[in-house]
Amino acid sequence: MAASVRCFLRSGKNAVSALGQRGFHKSAPAAVQMMVRDALNQAMDEELERDERVFLLGEEVAQYDGAYKVSRGLWKKYGDKRIIDTPITEMGFAGIAVGAAFAGLRPICEFMTFNFSMQAIDQVINSAAKTYYMSAGQQSVPIVFRGPNGASAGVAAQHSQCFAAWYGHCPGLKVVSPWSAEDAKGLLKSAIRDNNPVVFLENELMYGVPFEMSEESQSKDFTIPFGKAKVERQGTSITLVTHSRYVSHCLDAAAVLAKEGIDCEVINLRSIRPLDVECIETSVMKTNHLVTVEGGWPQFGVGAEICARVMEGPAFNFLDSPATRVTGVDIPMPYAKILEDNSLPQIKDIIFSVKKTLNV
Amino acid sequence: MLTNISNVLRACAQRNGSVALVSARTYADFTTEASFEIKKCDIHKFEEAPATEVVMTRDEGLKYYRVMQTIRRMELKADQLYKQKIIRGFCHLYDGQEACAVGIEAGINLTDHLITAYRAHGYTYTRGGTVKQIMSELTGRKGGIAKGKGGSMHMYTKNFYGGNGIVGAQVPLGAGVALACQYLENNQVSVSLYGDGAANQGQIFETYNMAALWKLPAIFICENNRYGMGTSVERSAASTDYYKRGDYIPGLRVDGMDVLCVREATKFAADHCRAGKGPVLMELQTYRYHGHSMSDPGVSYRTREEIQEVRGKSDPISLLKDRMLNNNMASIEELKEIDVSVRKEIEDAAQFATTDPEPPLEELCNHIFHDNSPMEVRGVNPWTKLKSVS
Repeated sequence: MAASVRCFLRSGKNAVSALGQRGFHKSAPAAVQMMVRDALNQAMDEELERDERVFLLGEEVAQYDGAYKVSRGLWKKYGDKRIIDTPITEMGFAGIAVGAAFAGLRPICEFMTFNFSMQAIDQVINSAAKTYYMSAGQQSVPIVFRGPNGASAGVAAQHSQCFAAWYGHCPGLKVVSPWSAEDAKGLLKSAIRDNNPVVFLENELMYGVPFEMSEESQSKDFTIPFGKAKVERQGTSITLVTHSRYVSHCLDAAAVLAKEGIDCEVINLRSIRPLDVECIETSVMKTNHLVTVEGGWPQFGVGAEICARVMEGPAFNFLDSPATRVTGVDIPMPYAKILEDNSLPQIKDIIFSVKKTLNV
Repeated sequence: MLTNISNVLRACAQRNGSVALVSARTYADFTTEASFEIKKCDIHKFEEAPATEVVMTRDEGLKYYRVMQTIRRMELKADQLYKQKIIRGFCHLYDGQEACAVGIEAGINLTDHLITAYRAHGYTYTRGGTVKQIMSELTGRKGGIAKGKGGSMHMYTKNFYGGNGIVGAQVPLGAGVALACQYLENNQVSVSLYGDGAANQGQIFETYNMAALWKLPAIFICENNRYGMGTSVERSAASTDYYKRGDYIPGLRVDGMDVLCVREATKFAADHCRAGKGPVLMELQTYRYHGHSMSDPGVSYRTREEIQEVRGKSDPISLLKDRMLNNNMASIEELKEIDVSVRKEIEDAAQFATTDPEPPLEELCNHIFHDNSPMEVRGVNPWTKLKSVS
């Protein structure tokens, strides 16, 4: 109903005919707002219900309702068998999760943050990612490793690392990084339904952010395919490629730049591996300029890969200036707020890079 | 009466001063089953130990003999092929430890699950792989059990999860398989093997904790062959009582050179697990004749005398053979026939393994993902785009 009212107000002279065509037999869906955390919760709830073999394990996921409340209510609904609290032993429980996947279950293995996944990284890479290949297709590993990735706020060096590049490096893994609530829901459902190991990089600072959910995304079968980026904002002056929280930053920067006549195209990667190079290339061939934006460190990062791919592909010839990256500062994350704020890309940094690239 | 006839024939068949027995004995002559006294297991947190008086039938004996002999000869052939550089990379041989793989399999079903580390050829065989598939995997051919893509350390069959290269990582995996058994309520057990070297790994203790906490149907088995690569157990472990190191997990220390000991202990452990009582830890005291791998001569950290002593006194195949002969369960000829047949099987497999073609280059990028639509994989340069199918 709200949508058709908006339609009416926006389209003016076309409104009457629109209303006429629609009739009123079909009521338009109300705009639903959902926080990222709840979208993740809904995705897991729906998939747990849909397939008995799906289960969740991790620290505090059951009786505590999740360290970040992402799994709130699930233990109450599904019980001990399907929502399992583990001891603080990542290497052990990640290995157990992979073994369960070997034997026919579909585990969701939560890392309280991806920093702790480093303790289990051997199980993610050597036991999960490589097994289908080593076994020449005999042993598949339908597992999802999920949890918050990257910087939070004031959690300092050991709790702030971004793992997109590390996991994105490895064949045999699919690596996704949602931004919006819709991304979160659709990508997580796809991840759980995927018969391969998926690393699902959430962001703690995004958990409480509300987004509008399209009608499509409210369906229990709503999934978003991997390997397809989304153009969040169309533009003609320059392409900004980013993922996770920095999509918000890029959109904000774009809003500021629009006032100065710079029209940014913002691409939300959604998938780190496989990377939607085609989307990036198409955009660059239109805008002739590229800046990548990420929270991770610069060396060997996501942006570095994007620039290399653009160099190697058809879009290179369309660049009017070198593609550059906006990244986290190349240091361990400091604690003091002023230091932390200056360790990560801010909107002004994106604006600065855009203007430098456009030479304005 | 039959004995008289055979005596007569025996006399007639004398040649070169030695008695050459003509196979005149029919199979009706043999004992169909016999009772054996086996060594008592050391127990930890168990009220009772596995039985010490056990029954083995003639058929079982012949089967164990054949399987152990097959593993033995297969490993020796692999040694040969490795020295000829037809097998490359890592090759960790199992000869000496045959009673472990065969005894364990005798104590469980093929519907149960098993995972081990890299000394895996014997288990690949007992879990259903053929010698041909195993050998051609070692030689990296397309007929290999993993189509040549895995190699020595990455062989898989149904309910056998490899073949794992990272020391200790297979133990949490095996407990995960046990979790699945419990979850699916299928009354199956999961056997996770590791060595004396791996026994010190932290992730194994993490696994003990969760397995005991959740009462997983997991049997953890430490194959203690006294050396973790070149480091003896005394030099690597503060406690060499590996069967006790599960602490709150009940344990058994078993003579790993006696296939019947291993079988009984495994049955005992499996019954415990299937009854929902939680995990069991078994330590099998065993020995490997070869070095850690083909790169290790195996004599810099242990004496040749020690190796010879084990071979002479405790060889698992000899032990079984003597038992069967002493109890009239088989004849020397019959066992020799088995030897000949095994040798032939190995020769044929080796022949296949050395002549089968290598996997085609088109296979290079396949099997990255399961159930995926075909995708492109970047080759060594930007112009090389390779195809990958599931």
